[in-house]
Amino acid sequence: MMLSMTKFTLLSFITSMEEFFGNTIPVAEGVDRFVEWITETFNWFFDPVKNDFGNLIENFAELLASLPASIVILLAVVLAYFLSGRRFALPVFTLVGLLFIYNQQLWEQLMFTFTLVLVASFISVIVGIPVGILMSKSSLAEAIIKPILDFMQTMPAFVYLIPAVVFFGIGMVPGVFASFIFATPPVVRFTNLGIRQVSKELVEASDAFGATGKQKLFKVELPMAKTTIMAGINQTVMLSLSMVVIASMIGAPGLGRDVLSALQRAQEGPGFVAGLSIVILAIIIDRITQNLNKGKA
Amino acid sequence: MPVIKVSNLSKIFGKKTKEAQRLLDEGYSKEEILEKTGCTVGVNRASFEVEEGEVFVIMGLSGSGKSTLVRLLNRLIEPTEGDVEIDGENLATMNKEDLRNIRRQKMSMVFQKFALFPFRTVLENTEFGLEVQGVSKEERSEKAREALELVGLGSFVDQLPSQLSGGMQQRVGLARALANDPEVLLMDEAFSALDPLIRKDMQDELLDLQEKMQKTIIFITHDLDEALRIGDRIALMKDGSIVQIGSPEEILINPANDYVEKFVEDVDRSKVLTAEKIMKRPETVNIDKHGPRVALERIREQGLSSIFVTDRSRNLKGYVTADDVSEARKQGKSDLREILRTDMPKVDKETSVHDLFDIIHDSPVPVTVVEDGKLRGIIVRGSIIAALANGSEVDGNDA
Ligand SMILES: Nc1ncnc2c1ncn2[C@@H]1O[C@H](COP(=O)(O)OP(=O)(O)OP(=O)(O)O)[C@@H](O)[C@H]1O
Ligand SMILES: [Mg+2]
Repeated sequence: MMLSMTKFTLLSFITSMEEFFGNTIPVAEGVDRFVEWITETFNWFFDPVKNDFGNLIENFAELLASLPASIVILLAVVLAYFLSGRRFALPVFTLVGLLFIYNQQLWEQLMFTFTLVLVASFISVIVGIPVGILMSKSSLAEAIIKPILDFMQTMPAFVYLIPAVVFFGIGMVPGVFASFIFATPPVVRFTNLGIRQVSKELVEASDAFGATGKQKLFKVELPMAKTTIMAGINQTVMLSLSMVVIASMIGAPGLGRDVLSALQRAQEGPGFVAGLSIVILAIIIDRITQNLNKGKA
Repeated sequence: MPVIKVSNLSKIFGKKTKEAQRLLDEGYSKEEILEKTGCTVGVNRASFEVEEGEVFVIMGLSGSGKSTLVRLLNRLIEPTEGDVEIDGENLATMNKEDLRNIRRQKMSMVFQKFALFPFRTVLENTEFGLEVQGVSKEERSEKAREALELVGLGSFVDQLPSQLSGGMQQRVGLARALANDPEVLLMDEAFSALDPLIRKDMQDELLDLQEKMQKTIIFITHDLDEALRIGDRIALMKDGSIVQIGSPEEILINPANDYVEKFVEDVDRSKVLTAEKIMKRPETVNIDKHGPRVALERIREQGLSSIFVTDRSRNLKGYVTADDVSEARKQGKSDLREILRTDMPKVDKETSVHDLFDIIHDSPVPVTVVEDGKLRGIIVRGSIIAALANGSEVDGNDA
């Protein structure tokens, strides 16, 4: 009697499980509808971003590309010289590297890639630092934002390329958007970390002398956290550079596009050259931003 | 009116503070409360008053709640219960803005590990308090320079803290606290991070400064020597409660309970030091040669209230008081014998400082150290305290 009862309940449980798992929960449809809703509702935002902002970036990139390469290279070398503490390794590398890219007829692409990285990093930083500050001040904010950052960093880029295109069409703007998603987390995390690391005594000192929250932030916490925040900015810039190939899949012009087309046509040589150019740009930007940190810390 | 009045001030760290407070009132110990509620008792119903110009030392072992108590005074830590009045205003219930103004104008803090801003120069560090008040650039620079001058760092204004030694860094800490001319200085183990020699210098310097400035100082330390050297009054803390408040002498002579006694016993110098080591050369008059005129002159010169009387071969005869001497002069008497008093305490050279406490406590004149009837030296109250605080080196044992 007992035994058959148990058998019965077990059976019915299994059938209901099967029913449950047999029917897919409509997550995909839900997301589709959600994206559609966003596009329609926030049209007033996406449209001008797509058009006006897109034009602005492209014009800027074209302006850069139209400048004589020799002047741009000279400026970069001088900048590298002064930022690296008047040593020669970085300026020499900059000179040789940029001349190589110019020689390989990739100069215009380089300017577009540089613009993409510059704009994307800039947006990441001006959004990321305040968010990081918010996180450091409120444990609730930290608890909410942390998983979002994890999500942004681990979600495969291709997944948000699709809504990026839906929102912003193709070109530089969705590239900036994709790069923003992927590259913002480090600067947020490092800002949060940097401020939370400020020693308790220094915070107490600033409170004890009657500093307001704002004074404490600008006179004590941010200066103390500066080195850490700069390390975060450096990572953000590097990550946004690593997005240029992916951004080219949704029409962003630049070196990434050369890599992509070489890939599609199985041309090892041109692919390697374009890839090498990205690496050169990466090294120059990395060393320059790192030195920016050391110089003033 | 006291500058600071603390009443029933408590701080309990943790969530169930109500329950912890109740258990505390029922007499449970700090450990039991931690076990039962997970709350740590930081400060337990502290009450005291600090007068203007007083150096009030709070002393206790590690974890006894000293830092917590001093941070309750400027509300860096929110009290669980009780009141803190500064000039009659209650800090505990004050709104943020008023609290900020009190912190800006009335109290400054000096920290154990200095807490200087590493990216600011010495001058900029010292200016910090004035800067947050919105004082103009010239004015704050001037005041900060004055404060640095006061602590002897006038020529280091442009250095970074990392370029200075520990002692100098703490001078900057002190200058920063003095720059906004507060009424109250809170010093949390301000000298504990310094090595012993520098530490003694800083203590002396603080006392010198205090003579000029007459601030009200709350000074935290876990070191009895330091407490004895600089405190006008000392409060002893244990497990968050204040177990005794008194002058250095009171604490040494009448420890309120075993805990205080243990603390004080650590100064076992009181047993090792003898009268001989701490006595001073006495000011005397010769009974065979001198009359009231000379006695009065010497009394005045030295700023005494009485003077000891000996004969030609330094045999102690007694003492005369300033009042008696001037009376005798008016009446034209010429012999000191008529007004001689002989009720001064006498000890021999080997008497321990520990025993001296009791003797000196109720004596109106210094204790005399006598050997074979001859006066070898005298001991005043201050030199006992000074000797304990100073270690073995004592001034003026040249009798
Ligand atoms: N933020 C806090 N949270 C929880 N417990 C705390 C906190 N701050 C202090 N305590 C506890 O309160 C008690 C008193 O600490 P406090 O730092 O005031 O001691 P102290 O006398 O200054 O010791 P020390 O000489 O080591 O500086 C200790 O048991 C400590 O663990
Ligand atoms: Mg402490």
